[in-house]
Amino acid sequence: MSNKQTLVVIGNGMVGQNFLVSLMASDIKDNYEVVTFCEETLPAYDRVHLSEYFAGKSADDLSLMEAGFFEDNNITIHIGDKASIIDRSNKTVTSEKGVEIAYDKLVLATGSRAFVPPIPGHDRKGCIAYRTIDDLDEMMSAAKTSKVGAVVGGGLLGLEAAKALQDLNLKTHVVQFSPRLMAAQLDAGGAGLLASKIEDLGISVLTGKNTIQIVDGDTCKHKMIFADGGELEADMILYSAGIRPRDELANASGLKIADRSGVVINDNCLTSDEDIYAIGECASWNDQTFGLVAPGYAMARTVVDHLTGGNETFKGANMSTKLKLNGVDVASIGDAHASTPGSLVYTYQNGVDGIYKRLVVSQDNKLLLGAVLVGDASGYPTLSQYYLNRIELPTNPDSLILPSRSDESVGLGPDALPASAQICSCFDVTKGDICTSIEGGCTTLGALKDETKASTGCGGCAALLKSVLNCELEKAGFDVNTDICEHFAYTRQDLYNLVKVEEIKTFAELIAKHGSGKGCEICKQAVGSILASYWNEYILKDAHVGVQDTNDTFLANMQKDGTYSVVPRMTGGEVTPEGLIAIGQIAKKYGLYTKVTGGQRVDLFGARVDQLPPIWQELIDAGFESGHAYGKSLRTVKSCVGSTWCRFGVDDSVGLAVKLENRYKGLRAPHKIKFAVSGCTRECAEAQSKDIGIIAVEGGWNLYVCGNGGMKPRHGDLFATNLDKETLIKYIDRVLTFYVQTADRMQRTSVWMENMEGGLDYLKSVVIDDKLEICNQLETQMQRVVDTYQCEWKTTIADESKLKRFRTFVNSDKHDENIIFIEERGQIRPANIEERELALAEEA
Amino acid sequence: MGSNNKWVDVCSRDDLQPNSGVCALVEDQQVAIFYMLEDETVFAINNYDPFGKVNVLSRGLIGDIQGEPMVSSPLYKQHFSLRTGLCVEDKMVKVNTYGVRITGNRVEVNLYNNTPWGEAT
Ligand code: SRM
Ligand SMILES: Cc1cc2nc3c(=O)[nH]c(=O)nc-3n(C[C@H](O)[C@H](O)[C@H](O)COP(=O)(O)OP(=O)(O)OC[C@H]3O[C@@H](n4cnc5c(N)ncnc54)[C@H](O)[C@@H]3O)c2cc1C
Ligand code: SF4
Ligand code: FES
Repeated sequence: MSNKQTLVVIGNGMVGQNFLVSLMASDIKDNYEVVTFCEETLPAYDRVHLSEYFAGKSADDLSLMEAGFFEDNNITIHIGDKASIIDRSNKTVTSEKGVEIAYDKLVLATGSRAFVPPIPGHDRKGCIAYRTIDDLDEMMSAAKTSKVGAVVGGGLLGLEAAKALQDLNLKTHVVQFSPRLMAAQLDAGGAGLLASKIEDLGISVLTGKNTIQIVDGDTCKHKMIFADGGELEADMILYSAGIRPRDELANASGLKIADRSGVVINDNCLTSDEDIYAIGECASWNDQTFGLVAPGYAMARTVVDHLTGGNETFKGANMSTKLKLNGVDVASIGDAHASTPGSLVYTYQNGVDGIYKRLVVSQDNKLLLGAVLVGDASGYPTLSQYYLNRIELPTNPDSLILPSRSDESVGLGPDALPASAQICSCFDVTKGDICTSIEGGCTTLGALKDETKASTGCGGCAALLKSVLNCELEKAGFDVNTDICEHFAYTRQDLYNLVKVEEIKTFAELIAKHGSGKGCEICKQAVGSILASYWNEYILKDAHVGVQDTNDTFLANMQKDGTYSVVPRMTGGEVTPEGLIAIGQIAKKYGLYTKVTGGQRVDLFGARVDQLPPIWQELIDAGFESGHAYGKSLRTVKSCVGSTWCRFGVDDSVGLAVKLENRYKGLRAPHKIKFAVSGCTRECAEAQSKDIGIIAVEGGWNLYVCGNGGMKPRHGDLFATNLDKETLIKYIDRVLTFYVQTADRMQRTSVWMENMEGGLDYLKSVVIDDKLEICNQLETQMQRVVDTYQCEWKTTIADESKLKRFRTFVNSDKHDENIIFIEERGQIRPANIEERELALAEEA
Repeated sequence: MGSNNKWVDVCSRDDLQPNSGVCALVEDQQVAIFYMLEDETVFAINNYDPFGKVNVLSRGLIGDIQGEPMVSSPLYKQHFSLRTGLCVEDKMVKVNTYGVRITGNRVEVNLYNNTPWGEAT
């Protein structure tokens, strides 16, 4: 018999799950037998990023569940089963499927439902709420037979839903009841500008429209009839006109419900029953409900604390928001409507660039009460910090929204923030928490994120987190020295620019002009790589050979015994029988070990340095080229068999992979680059784990960027969808050249992206919107590399003077007698040290 | 032992790799010879990498750390001083250094004389 109490959680949405995770991380996790009811067919997923489902994210990607979470923590979950009765006198919960559980403690986390206006015709087929993954599946299937879509509701969610409809290729309208968009957050000026920006995206905006009926349409499936007599036809209608707390179960069990709906809770998140808590969107605190995830997480923490006997309380929440609509920046902080008595307002409007900013400050001009930003939300992090931490404003508060006309920065340095300043509101991480982790040794962004979870939610705090990190490191006397090494007081990016601007062609010239000493393996390799990326000259030229790493010097990978491996290119993993036979014969002739690599090609191991040229001569004669397995350069473009053979294939993935590999082969970069192309979303080529991943879909090709496997795997980010080949190649040209120009040495695209201020959105703005106006230059640079490609092995074999280098000894034809092979499974392997000593002793 | 008569002719100056290394076999010893172009200096050390336990040092990158000429092992990147053979990462480890000089167009190595390096006559 266990003396555990039973704790039941109703609802496994974002907040219910967050509660379970916090509970399992607490000291009291073993005090309870935990059971949870999950009405949906999937356990908790990330509703905040729901719209990314349309952009290609799968239910799996959105899942909030770590594998094995329920099993490992002994939690019983009833999936697809809804709790239907709470019997408070007997303390039991009964579900629709008939499960009955006696509880000691009960947590309600039933969330909200989308509000559907109760007008005639609201439940016609194809009229859908926008809340769950099931809703999205329904939308996707309805979209197949639809041309026009309408979204009822022009708030934050409605606009996001409109973008989703547009991504489904529907002509899209937003129908808003009130006279302006985002009425809860924006003032008239901001809303007007937003409406014009939304229209620029190709979405039509109808405001002040009260829908009174939906009937059969003439040209579309439905017709919406408005109170003012107007009409709008659409094939599909989405409701996103607000949310209503799901308090029906609580209500039926007699718990106190707020006048404006929601289960009433106190500061400990307890309902009117002292064994029942309510958290998340279903709860009403001080007559307020919260339609954001962060307050729900704060409530979840409060309950765990209360269960452990602590006295943390829920104190309300910051309802500031930032809209993540492609191309349109909108943010609203605090009292945007200036409804605080005596408040003062500053407004900046720039009709030319489409920017609107408004500050609401206290009567004494000292505190920020609210703000609205449209068209340029870059000031959001700074303003939020002024607002949240009640930091005194500068003498001229308007300097915070006026464009800076000089170099003077009006940003709030991270140093000015108190330790209590909340940096990440999703996970309630303060500057103090971050400093503690930094002192504890988390000195990289990645480590900080792992340790504190900061910036792993909505991502809105990433830039701030980074500046806090840098500032703290600097203060701690850490060298945030970005010098590449003692020989150059420059970053890799600086060196790249010097090479480019001053047209420097050799390491000797660069170090003479801008460095000191002789160089070392760090700067030599980095500069060698920069020169190769930019000029793409033959890397074994006399001026370059001394700065190459061993593998590049010998155009092969050195193995543990000093021999080399040989990897011929097999574009897209495709190889003819003749090619395979030739490789087999060459391997046999030189006694090499052969293995199929993880990169879809064949590697030949155990070649002595003097054997490399003749082996390559034979490979080249058989039609092969260097595979650059030795370079920080393009490695492989993996492919699946694609539409040519596969019954599911949507397009010719092998063909595209071959084309791409031929285009980018030889491109040298800060680190190695890998691609893959899959012929359909089954993703047999594992494209989403590559620096550049491409998947064929009905409308074209979807592009993923900055993924990798290896030591710290990272899922690629969906970058653009439904591309034709030409645009796809353009985007890849730009992403890769931008990477080559701006990454640190030995930085894979994944880390590059994670450290980039503004992250994915910024990269998109550079590559897709040409924000920096460099796309032309990026493409030209890539084209130069493509045009100057040469097979380094072909060039080497043709040059007698280069072949001199491929000798074991300058003064003897003997071989290194330390290289000894043992036979295993029918092939050679290097002898281990004992075997080697034994063999050498026998010889002597 | 008198060292002057132990100079062994190994190769021509053209056989050296500018700002890089080659390997010579001298009385069954593998000798890594490095040639720094800017100041026309040559260095010779044993080719055996005591960490990787294989003969590869001649294939490492050369440069300097605070003025001290160095080679870094191509396998696990430890640095060895080209003058003293001392390992930067582990002061207990040292590789043998040898005499080497360029006489006219010829390169000579002296296994028994480890003081003068880079002597061009
Ligand atoms: C031969 C191969 C293993 C095999 O037998 O399959 C291999 C072998 C080596 N890998 Fe790899 N990797 C091989 C596929 C992979 C893959 C799988 C893939 O490409 O799909 C990965 C994970 C995917 C990725 O990179 O995102 C992989 C992740 C690594 C990493 C970790 C990179 C990272 O960012 O964390 C290293 C270390 C590094 O590069 O710093 C590495 C390094 C190495 C080195 C170069 C280590 C070294 O310095 O000696 C190995 C010697 C290669 C050689 O030819 O002598 N290898 N390596 C594969 C060659 C593929 C090819 O055809 O070119
Ligand atoms: C498209 C979209 C975008 C959003 N974007 C943002 C954003 O950018 N920022 C932000 O902060 N917030 C955003 N939100 C809001 C955020 O998703 C919610 O605040 C959050 O999900 C609330 O969590 P919850 O657990 O309270 O409710 P939910 O996540 O809705 O979970 C409640 C769960 O309980 C289940 N349930 C209900 N009754 C029962 C029952 N009787 N038995 C069993 N299960 C039951 C429901 O089926 C549901 O699965 C967005 C929401 C949507 C829909
Ligand atoms: S996994 Fe490690 S051991 Fe295996 S090939 Fe890659 S680097 Fe070498
Ligand atoms: S604020 Fe959302 S992740 Fe930090």
